[in-house]
Amino acid sequence: MQWGISKTIVVEVSASQRFPGRYESLTKIAEFIRCACAQAGFDSCTTYSVETAVDEACSNIIEHAYGGEDIGEICCTCHLEEDRLVIILQDNGKPFKPEKFRIPKDTIPLKKYKRKKKQGLGLYFIYKIMDEVSFATSPSEGNTLTLVKYKSSPPPQA
Amino acid sequence: MNITQKQFKRCDLISVEGRIDSATAPQLAEALEAITAAGRYKIILDCCNVSFISSAGLRVLVNTQKNCKRYNRGELVLAQIPENIRSTLDLVGFTELFKIFNDTLSAVGYF
Repeated sequence: MQWGISKTIVVEVSASQRFPGRYESLTKIAEFIRCACAQAGFDSCTTYSVETAVDEACSNIIEHAYGGEDIGEICCTCHLEEDRLVIILQDNGKPFKPEKFRIPKDTIPLKKYKRKKKQGLGLYFIYKIMDEVSFATSPSEGNTLTLVKYKSSPPPQA
Repeated sequence: MNITQKQFKRCDLISVEGRIDSATAPQLAEALEAITAAGRYKIILDCCNVSFISSAGLRVLVNTQKNCKRYNRGELVLAQIPENIRSTLDLVGFTELFKIFNDTLSAVGYF
């Protein structure tokens, strides 16, 4: 992985890599994320949890955005900032419509997710694990999912 | 992912090595279904050499647990879960769904 030092913000480093949109890529993506987490100084449990969130997100891209394997690529970019790791996942699959999905809440009991056979669990994991989650869709850049993990406790929500 | 199985008098021990993710979860589901299809519902999953479990893998375990617990005929228990996996399972609230043992001997003894 190539880590480049930003010219404008000295403390910031970033790396980007493209992966084929197939389940076999999940292992390689995990290696990429572990490397970024190591750069961020995360402990093994935090690293594993971030790896889990990214795995869920990439599995969703393959299954739902592309609707199957080998349809398109997943671009994974990691920005290491002073206080946090920002992971950006981009795909050119079907436009993601966040309004169609109910954002999981901490207060929703797990039993509700157990009843769902195949839906929502990955998204539930992502929201549980990451400190910030945001989606964007544009015709030029496709779907962009931004995941943030702070090195210590995240700042209070405004 | 590699799966090895051992059948005891009162339970089955299934040991997994590697990642349980969207790519490999169907293979684990197949192995667990083969055991339950044979009418054996007391199962130990040895996670000692598991490096990763995604929600796809957990979905397989939850479905197997539901199947095993039906009619109070058995249970799926987990053994030797690596600390980082257990930490994430705790975070997402999955550890309450399974009995967890520190070693397989205790898990076998449970049945």
